[in-house]
Amino acid sequence: MLSFTKIKVLSIYLILILTIFFASLNLKNNNLIDKKVNLGLDLQGGSYILLEIDTNPLVNQKLQTKVIPIKKLLNKNEINFKDFIISQNNISLTVDVEKQKKFENLFFKQQENTINNFIPEYNKFELDIEFNQNKVFIKFSNFGLVSLNNAALKQSIEIIRRRIDDVGTKEPTILQRGDKRILVELPGIDNPERIKELLGKTAQLTFRLVSQEDGFGSEKLILYENNEELTVSKRIVISGDNLVDAQPQFDNQSNQPLVRFNLDRLGAQKFGRITTENIGRRLAIVLDNSVISAPSIREAITGGTGTISGGFSFQEATDLALLLRSGALPAPINIVEERTVGPDLGQDSIDAGVFSLIIGFTLVIIFMFIKYRIFGLVSNISLVANLFMMVGILTILEATLTLPGIAGIILTVGMAVDSNVLIYERIKEELKTEKSIIHAFDTGYNKAKITVIDANVTTLIAAVILFIFGSGPVKGFAVTLGIGIITTLFSAYFIARHLTSIIVLNDKQGKYFRL
Amino acid sequence: MMNNKINFSKFFKVANIFSLLTVLVSLLFLFFKGLNYGVDFKGGTLLEIRIENTNIQIQDIRSSLNISELGDVSVKQFGKEGDFLIKFEKNANENEKFMSELKNIISKKIGSAVNFRRVESVGPKVSSELLKQGLTAIALALAAMLFYIWIRFEWQFSIGAIVALIHDVVITLGIFSILSFEVNLSIVAAVLTIVGYSMNDTVVIFDRIRENLLKYSKIKTNEITDISVNETLSRTIITSLTTLLALFSIFILGGEILKGFSFAMILGVVIGTYSSIYVASPVLSFFKVTQKTLLKDDDI
Repeated sequence: MLSFTKIKVLSIYLILILTIFFASLNLKNNNLIDKKVNLGLDLQGGSYILLEIDTNPLVNQKLQTKVIPIKKLLNKNEINFKDFIISQNNISLTVDVEKQKKFENLFFKQQENTINNFIPEYNKFELDIEFNQNKVFIKFSNFGLVSLNNAALKQSIEIIRRRIDDVGTKEPTILQRGDKRILVELPGIDNPERIKELLGKTAQLTFRLVSQEDGFGSEKLILYENNEELTVSKRIVISGDNLVDAQPQFDNQSNQPLVRFNLDRLGAQKFGRITTENIGRRLAIVLDNSVISAPSIREAITGGTGTISGGFSFQEATDLALLLRSGALPAPINIVEERTVGPDLGQDSIDAGVFSLIIGFTLVIIFMFIKYRIFGLVSNISLVANLFMMVGILTILEATLTLPGIAGIILTVGMAVDSNVLIYERIKEELKTEKSIIHAFDTGYNKAKITVIDANVTTLIAAVILFIFGSGPVKGFAVTLGIGIITTLFSAYFIARHLTSIIVLNDKQGKYFRL
Repeated sequence: MMNNKINFSKFFKVANIFSLLTVLVSLLFLFFKGLNYGVDFKGGTLLEIRIENTNIQIQDIRSSLNISELGDVSVKQFGKEGDFLIKFEKNANENEKFMSELKNIISKKIGSAVNFRRVESVGPKVSSELLKQGLTAIALALAAMLFYIWIRFEWQFSIGAIVALIHDVVITLGIFSILSFEVNLSIVAAVLTIVGYSMNDTVVIFDRIRENLLKYSKIKTNEITDISVNETLSRTIITSLTTLLALFSIFILGGEILKGFSFAMILGVVIGTYSSIYVASPVLSFFKVTQKTLLKDDDI
């Protein structure tokens, strides 16, 4: 166990030097190799926000779009129906039993089926149809729901990315988590409230006429500016989909902030026609069921560009323009988890963490030196090497260091000496019966090997499970703990053993050391 | 026989009764008093605030938070003067503007600028998921350890190890229940590390027991255990000491956030060291593990 070939020694120290080199990359900005240990949000400050989309309204909304095509299909094929009702997640109607087979066949016709889309991915249809006597129920199939959900999630991520990029935060992370959630990590932002407001808004913009009479085709909405109740037609003139750009501006005359928008060709045509036909009437600009403003139409607007003014501040105008540019979310989004750490707390945590690392490390080193003298020194050298290697590997992996991660490093320092202690204690026992010192060291290392491996594997198992199940900062702990075990084994069985072998082989009588 | 310094097995009975009682008391507390879950597992909002005017007292903050919609509110001093930790039941993100409004309310009522240093807000669905995840992780870790020991040793060892681990986890959590210390995600991490550490300690002794069982065929299990524990004793003590040195330095100097975590770890290291000697090893005697047990199983 004490003999090392030249190649082996060379590769041990090569690995050590390599990891020290990588560890040193953290000291200054380096353009050659751009690798660094990332600081977690709890250390550098920032926000972790978990969003969840609510697809329920979307299901109903999609069903609504099927109503007219289904009615058309039934009329065209002379299938009589009555009691046509749309509820939250299904459509029900009454159809004669003998016509039901025909309906079903039409409903699942594969080619150019505009009502019931075929999903090639799953080889299934979007909608399901059920018959119960003369009642017919149409609802989304499980596959339809999944595909609806996935499409909405994907689109939401895209829109959220646009919104965040537009605000201009540095290095945001936007990831899908599970099938309904989106994880947003924003390092170093100073005002998460503004971002949260931007993320949570569906930003469904519609232009609708204010109508005089109450009725089925209209709804009552509140005007944001002065809480006036308006009766607004449900018919949408144009929606946010027709917008191609929106920018905040100041009004030339009143110097009030407003949002100028540009419409696409189709939107411009529709807008022109409606404004021409309805001069004098009020047009409500509705954002997420709240009327931002409801100006009277004074003249036809045919240029495809207009302004929205609602007595907002410039910041509000900027945010509204941003939301309109990025588009509407397909479904409402809720924040289900938020963790924000201010930058000053992060710095405090780093300081406290590093300070306790230095103290813990020093205490362990002093203890080991007092206990084992020259071999304590060997163990301490391998402990320093261990620390460098940990940082080096964290750098190579570009892992994220969190506050619990720092705790993991300190804990590793405390536990890393265990391997050396196990070995030295074993050697001590061997020395009692063994005359040859070299032989005692040899068998000591050999016999302790199994125990050292067994003991470390158990901690590694805990670290791996923690890595799989842990979230956020706790994952950082699992990473440093796991890496620490590997570097500990390396430093105990290669570095410390090599240094020990140099001492023992040069002092075969054991004059200068004792255990 | 050898230089048997301490007759550990003499205390096995007393220790077992002591362990059993402690576990029982812990279970009673866990069952009737329960754990003080943090926002991670209970849902709600946690705020760490810093107030520039250090004359502001804790009751000023408490009265400034006298808003019915927050639900149950708790305020406590957190580290330095002027730093407070506020917890309330309401999930702050039901309304996007809520946090900025709350900040205004507090600073207006106490008449000083308030800095929100940390905000953690967890919805009810996520918190129950996190709790489930935490429990699964601990259960899985125990199962994995059981499996590892079963492969490396005999089933009797595996049972001894798992009994010791459950002992450690139950007592650690029991102490958290008795002291009403907050249990959050980092405590789950601590519990898992304790499981790893205690296992590590147990394995070292088990390894020696196995080695000695093969070496001496005529000696009783109890005596073998004694010899093995004594042989590994200095290692057990030294490793516990260095680990505790590191943990105490986190506990004292590592800042408020790591306090709970390092406290749980300190408890775990002490209990884990004790359990390797006084819980895991007696189980081997209980199952009458002898040289034959090892050799017989090897034949299969």
